[in-house]
Amino acid sequence: METQIISNTTSPTSTATEHPAAWKWYDYFRFNVDHKVIGIQYLVTSFVFYLIGGLMAMALRTELYTPDPDVLNPNLYNAFMTNHGTIMIFLWIVPAAIGGFGNYLIPLMIGARDMAFPKLNAIAFWLNPPAGALLLASFLFGGSQSGWTAYPPLSLITANTAQTLWILSIVLVGTSSILGSVNFVVTILKMKVPSMQWSQLPLFCWAILATSVLALLSTPVLAAGLVLLLFDINFGTSFFKPDAGGNVVLYQHLFWFYSHPAVYLMILPIFGIMSEVIPPHARKPIFGYKAIAYSSLAICIVGLFVWVHHMFTSGTPPWMRVFFTVSTLIVAVPTGVKIFGWVATLWGGKIRFTSAMLFALGLLSMFVIGGLGGVTLGTAPFDLHVHDTYYVVGHFHYVLFGGSVFGIYAGIYHWFPKMTGRMMNERLGQLHFVLTFIGTHLTFLPMHKLGLQGMPRRVAMYDPQFVNLNHLCTVGAFVLGISVLPFFINAVWSWIAGAKAPDNPWNALTLEWTTSSPPPVENWEVLPVVTHGPYDYGMGYGVSHDSNPDANDSSDDSSAPPASNPILALD
Amino acid sequence: MQGSTVDPAQAALNYHAEAVATGHEEHPDHRIFGIIVFLAAESMIFLGLFMAYLTFRAVYPTWPPEGTPERELLLPGINTLILISSSFVIHQADTAVKKDNVGGLRKWFAITALMGAVFLAGQLYEYHNLEFGLKTNLYASTFYVLTGFHGLHVFFGLCLILGVLWRSRIKGHYSSQHHFGVEAAELYWHFVDVVWIVLFILLYLL
Repeated sequence: METQIISNTTSPTSTATEHPAAWKWYDYFRFNVDHKVIGIQYLVTSFVFYLIGGLMAMALRTELYTPDPDVLNPNLYNAFMTNHGTIMIFLWIVPAAIGGFGNYLIPLMIGARDMAFPKLNAIAFWLNPPAGALLLASFLFGGSQSGWTAYPPLSLITANTAQTLWILSIVLVGTSSILGSVNFVVTILKMKVPSMQWSQLPLFCWAILATSVLALLSTPVLAAGLVLLLFDINFGTSFFKPDAGGNVVLYQHLFWFYSHPAVYLMILPIFGIMSEVIPPHARKPIFGYKAIAYSSLAICIVGLFVWVHHMFTSGTPPWMRVFFTVSTLIVAVPTGVKIFGWVATLWGGKIRFTSAMLFALGLLSMFVIGGLGGVTLGTAPFDLHVHDTYYVVGHFHYVLFGGSVFGIYAGIYHWFPKMTGRMMNERLGQLHFVLTFIGTHLTFLPMHKLGLQGMPRRVAMYDPQFVNLNHLCTVGAFVLGISVLPFFINAVWSWIAGAKAPDNPWNALTLEWTTSSPPPVENWEVLPVVTHGPYDYGMGYGVSHDSNPDANDSSDDSSAPPASNPILALD
Repeated sequence: MQGSTVDPAQAALNYHAEAVATGHEEHPDHRIFGIIVFLAAESMIFLGLFMAYLTFRAVYPTWPPEGTPERELLLPGINTLILISSSFVIHQADTAVKKDNVGGLRKWFAITALMGAVFLAGQLYEYHNLEFGLKTNLYASTFYVLTGFHGLHVFFGLCLILGVLWRSRIKGHYSSQHHFGVEAAELYWHFVDVVWIVLFILLYLL
């Protein structure tokens, strides 16, 4: 009876959803409402911006090879510094991690044919290219110079036109992020295939849910702050002009109310990717499914109340310092829960060192270093000494590069076969991993020491005593630059001529692996029926598609051994 | 949520039945839920602006700053009454369409649109006659940005209402079963109304 009803859902009752059997290459360059096309559009577009932002970073590191500002004009240095940060955050990590993986995977993981609002989804994506164009266009007017934080009064007195374009660009990507988040919240809460229990929802979906709620609550506040800044720059108001009664610290509050949660926007989806990559490559159920799921939500809530730790030196009153130090340290608890969950998952697993797994393991170690640095920085007495030094730069690059970028790479290696129908080359993947791993440590570890020695960040010229460590950083940056080449060659070559991928190359148990590689336009001919948890590895699932189909009760608690029944593979 | 109590087959049946009932062959209609989530995000923009206003107010020695001209309360008061009552008016349209009374829907929407237009006209009139401009001082700047941003929302809501009116001329476009546009416009209008109440208290009464 129920199978009848379910297969009815594919009956051709709809005329509005006419679509071809498969998308052509040019469909990826057009307005398209398929979540898989949009996901790939996000990933490829953001990767292009990653390359642009990376070239800017290499220019910065070239400049910093010597203490004197002898390579770049200092204004250009400021513009590169500002736009490197802006591009990497707003046009690479956020759109790749949330827009790219989120859009591609969420419907596939929950057994839906598309997102709740496909057209809105496409609109959200197409706000990104103009945003990037505005940012690049700002270089025609000198480029915004005030850092990705755009603190007034600096942002009010430097390169006004470029700063205005910068604001418009950020408002566009912010709008895109809000529209995308509306879609994710509705899709995850309402569109699970009916046979999927909440306890069978893949952890990536929990992570994207937490991410989306956070984006919905915080992004609009940044928009408010930026609109006020826009008025100050262009219409003569004085919200943030101290000489006319304005309040510069207010901007910092509005900015960090978004931009601290933005850190979690960039890492929560990555945590989700980790929870998807580690179990199938370690052949073990995830340790502490509920703990990891709830810790995402905990980070989402606590993460809204920690923003002042960026402002300990902005004349913050002592009670605020105490409050926000404590709340910041509390964030380390749910984060630690995840880390220990993954370590426990690896413990005793049959680990396969695939490229995806290598990057996941790399992330685990890098993120612990970044996280420990975060704990030190969240403590007001320590932060007062290292604020605005290279210690901060080292810390957040461990989190954002060692964390987020490693996670994106892990995700690409893991889902590339599903997305393209082709396998990636593992040798090149290993080379990519080794270069990236070495390059990251070489670039960002010395920065901690530089910061402790007192080297300020955001400068083109520095004291000659810091020169040796800066040499290391610059060499590391070039290793990182080179490390992109094997990945790029691997991705392009594999996409065109890689070995054909089977439907489920990793023997993974989440729903996206039950359809073909790449999936058909509406994901499944017949929607799958969920009969066990997403991480029930080592229990006889995922190896063969047919075993006893008689037991049809699904286990509520994924940590308990489920009744023996695989996903009914429908092919 | 307890897996043991939910039969997956029954869940699938319910899901499908709900989808068919709302005219979607694939899944139930989630658009109203989407609008609510979106409005939650929108309210955060206003919350940010309100917080900015309250911060200025708290930090400034006297508020409004010395030399700010007195504000007239009569016109904004009338405007407030108009906007609040329009929320009740637009709800009549919702009640009407749920009884398949499209004529009633059109009538109440037209009245709401008129009230919204009067509100906007009153706002513009007030802007025209105020003795301070955008740049006069911090109070004036926040006043114009807050009311202007809210006014933009009123304008957008008005466009939604007119859009529904335009579509309602097609026979059978809205019925007791299918009236997402009506509900969306109404929700948005209520939202704009609630924001105004907070705004009015902050800017005029406090």
